[in-house]
Amino acid sequence: MSKIVDSLHANFRTYSMVIALVVIWILFSILTNGVFFEPRNLSNLVRQSSLIAILAIGMVPVIVTGNIDLSIGSVVGFISIIVAYCQYFIFPGLLSGLFPSFEAQTTFLGISTSMNGVISTLLSIIVALIVGLLVGLWHGALIAYLKIPAFIVTLGGYLAFRGGVLLVSGGRTISPVENTLVEIGQGYIPKNIGMILAILVVLCVFIFILWGRGQKFKYGFERYPITKDLFKASAISAIVLFYVMYIANGYEGIQNPVLIMVIILMIFTYLTNNTRFGRYIYAYGGNREATRLSGINTSFIIFKVYMLMGLLCAVCGVVLTGYVSAGTTSGGNLYELLTIAACVIGGTSLMGGEGSVAGAVVGALVMGSLNNGMDLLGWTNSKQWIIQGLVLIVAVYIDVVSKKKR
Amino acid sequence: MDEHILQIKNVTKKFPGVTALSDISFNVKRGEIHGLAGENGAGKSTLVKILSGVYPADTYTGTVIYDGEELNFDREALRSAMDKGIAVVYQELLLVPEMTVGENIFLGREPVTAHGSVNWNKLYADTRELLKKYNLNIPFSARVSALGVGKQQMVVIAKALSENVKVLILDEPTSALTEAEVDTLMEILERLRHDGITCIYITHKLNEFFRITDTITVFRDGMVVDTVKTKEITTEKIISMMVGREMKERYPAETRNPGDAVMEATGISVPDPLLQHKKLVDDVSFSVRKGEILGIAGLMGSGRTELVSAIFGEYGKGRQGTIRINGEEVSILSARDAINNGISLVPEDRKLLGLIVSQSILKNISLPNMDQFTKGFSVNRHKEYYECNEMSKRLSVKCPSIHSIVESLSGGNQQKVVLAKCIMSNPRILILDEPTRGIDVGAKYEIYKLMNMLAGQGVAIIMVSSELPEILGMSDRILVMHEGRCTGIIDNDENATQERIMTLATGTSVLN
Repeated sequence: MSKIVDSLHANFRTYSMVIALVVIWILFSILTNGVFFEPRNLSNLVRQSSLIAILAIGMVPVIVTGNIDLSIGSVVGFISIIVAYCQYFIFPGLLSGLFPSFEAQTTFLGISTSMNGVISTLLSIIVALIVGLLVGLWHGALIAYLKIPAFIVTLGGYLAFRGGVLLVSGGRTISPVENTLVEIGQGYIPKNIGMILAILVVLCVFIFILWGRGQKFKYGFERYPITKDLFKASAISAIVLFYVMYIANGYEGIQNPVLIMVIILMIFTYLTNNTRFGRYIYAYGGNREATRLSGINTSFIIFKVYMLMGLLCAVCGVVLTGYVSAGTTSGGNLYELLTIAACVIGGTSLMGGEGSVAGAVVGALVMGSLNNGMDLLGWTNSKQWIIQGLVLIVAVYIDVVSKKKR
Repeated sequence: MDEHILQIKNVTKKFPGVTALSDISFNVKRGEIHGLAGENGAGKSTLVKILSGVYPADTYTGTVIYDGEELNFDREALRSAMDKGIAVVYQELLLVPEMTVGENIFLGREPVTAHGSVNWNKLYADTRELLKKYNLNIPFSARVSALGVGKQQMVVIAKALSENVKVLILDEPTSALTEAEVDTLMEILERLRHDGITCIYITHKLNEFFRITDTITVFRDGMVVDTVKTKEITTEKIISMMVGREMKERYPAETRNPGDAVMEATGISVPDPLLQHKKLVDDVSFSVRKGEILGIAGLMGSGRTELVSAIFGEYGKGRQGTIRINGEEVSILSARDAINNGISLVPEDRKLLGLIVSQSILKNISLPNMDQFTKGFSVNRHKEYYECNEMSKRLSVKCPSIHSIVESLSGGNQQKVVLAKCIMSNPRILILDEPTRGIDVGAKYEIYKLMNMLAGQGVAIIMVSSELPEILGMSDRILVMHEGRCTGIIDNDENATQERIMTLATGTSVLN
């Protein structure tokens, strides 16, 4: 029993934010006479939140190790403008010269495009990922090996990459981009495939949780009633089914950005919980000297954390370009602050050592829901900013109080 | 006026799952030095926190009568305890290192001029007077960071005394002090007794009780065993009251037959990073054999910790000299290299260097040993739990489960966790830097037994210790250091005495 209380305590902020999310949804549903709760609205809300959620997943390891990344908004904007630049200025000419026969219009996965259009999108994704990794390499090397404070390095990055955006774009919006890229940001998974995915995920959740239970007993854990495991599996399944059946399929289907976000969430949950790298991140955040004296290459850990952040900036940049079907000079503006807010609301401690990627996604959803709900109510931007700022402070205050009581 | 300044009546303090104090009662006489003895976790610190207002009145049951009236601190009461004249000198030094002695002493109570700005002249004049009154030889305008640990401790005490204190509580004040500094502290306490200030004195060094206290109250498992006059009791009796059993031997006897040399270090030197010509470690050579315990003795600052840190790769390329393991020269430039060569270190400061106190026992033990549980990318968390649990049981770490947070454990159990993580990596050479500092007699005995067991299994052990009885009780050979140099490596036979080691450690030429 005390173990359950302990684990509830440990994840207090995450749970309290899930409850807060439910309260926010109910509140806005009442205030908007149910418009908020319509599948169409919730669908859009989740998609809007998924960009910040992707970044927040990468930001959690950064903050857990006691670092920060202020540059990500500019980096996302920079990668987005490079993708648009490649698609508008470089690849069309290059590809039509190389493969003239691929210029013919066809359909690809139901999207009207040409083979060169598909190649162009694939190439731009590769370019984006390479740029993201290079940015991560730059930040990681300066912070991990040259020991320049992360705040300064990424503040420099914030300014420099915003400058990069203006340099590449020449101050103009670059559009259009390929239909296949637009599909990544705006498209949907067909409803029947979505349903199959949902059922597969539910099956996997049950199989994994029950398999893990068997493994625990094999290694001599104390036996405990199966109801706890079943409850956990059912709760996860219920959320998955609610999302797919009500929100996504109630509208047009699962949106591609959401699917991408969920896949990244699963990878990072695994990475942070079940790999050495994940353990070392939390250990480093808890006590960096003790971690180093345990024979762990701590500089390399920090380096990898920034490489991952760069990679996720690239993913976010690609999705953003597709979502707005253009490269804009303001793309990614303020994303760094919204991302940090999402992490903190989701239970990540700025002191390091604490936080979960799932919590950060919940945090992103809380921020997204507030935004969306207040939009529906027709509240002005000014009010929205004020409320979001207060929510951030209140969320952290709740955590401070709960820790004091422990 | 009442004869007793403090009357503690039926005080019980419970934490979730643990009773820290169970119905304790005793009195403290006005003007006496009252020692509190007991193993770690016996409840002494909890009592201190009640007296100082860290735990307000509504969090415990029973009454504490102070100077004739009941103590009734509400929340956020630290300041009001001080206002009433109860001050605590904690084990950890709570000073701002960047500020001067005077600024620290008057922090929060700076005298002000008529315009509201700080009256620096008065502040420093008061500081000088205070230091003079207690014969403290400390420059009043020095930065605290420039003072040694002993002087810093004096500053903390001066700070408490500056507040018209009636009851001064000292929680392990000597754990970081040198012999000479302990002497100074004792002089101060004598003076306070003379001035009629009551002291409550907590320490693990039992001889200090006999040096200074009038009365001793012994705690065990959250209860008061007895309150006795210091004159009427012996060390052995106190120990048996503390542990609840007669302790004939403080060091478990063991005959060892060390094998061949596992590690040979030759010409180890470490230059001082701050002073160009000074060396922290100066041309030290030694070897340690399979199944042997090599004790390293020396005074504070003699370079003991620096020597073992150098072996562990802490100075990187700054270290000179060669290290051979099993006859082969190895390059050790980082902690990682050291561990890969089978060297494990239990560092001097377990909270700062040894543990991640905010994480569970499990995660601490497994941290350097993750490779053992990892296949490909994935950590087998079930195997990890199983192995760490076995290790924790083997060292009898007292805890509800290995998911407990390390912070909640007593010092002795925390040290066992550090040992567990080192032992799990199966080291050939185990370096223990002050392995029993700040832990209680019972836990010490268990750690000694563990060292014997490891040596019996063929691990070469290097033990740095400030406690000479410990060095003599546990080592096969003893390396003595003085100002960075090795002044002698002696066999631990009948010729090895505390006097002989101290002679070597103080660098006085050997007369006898």
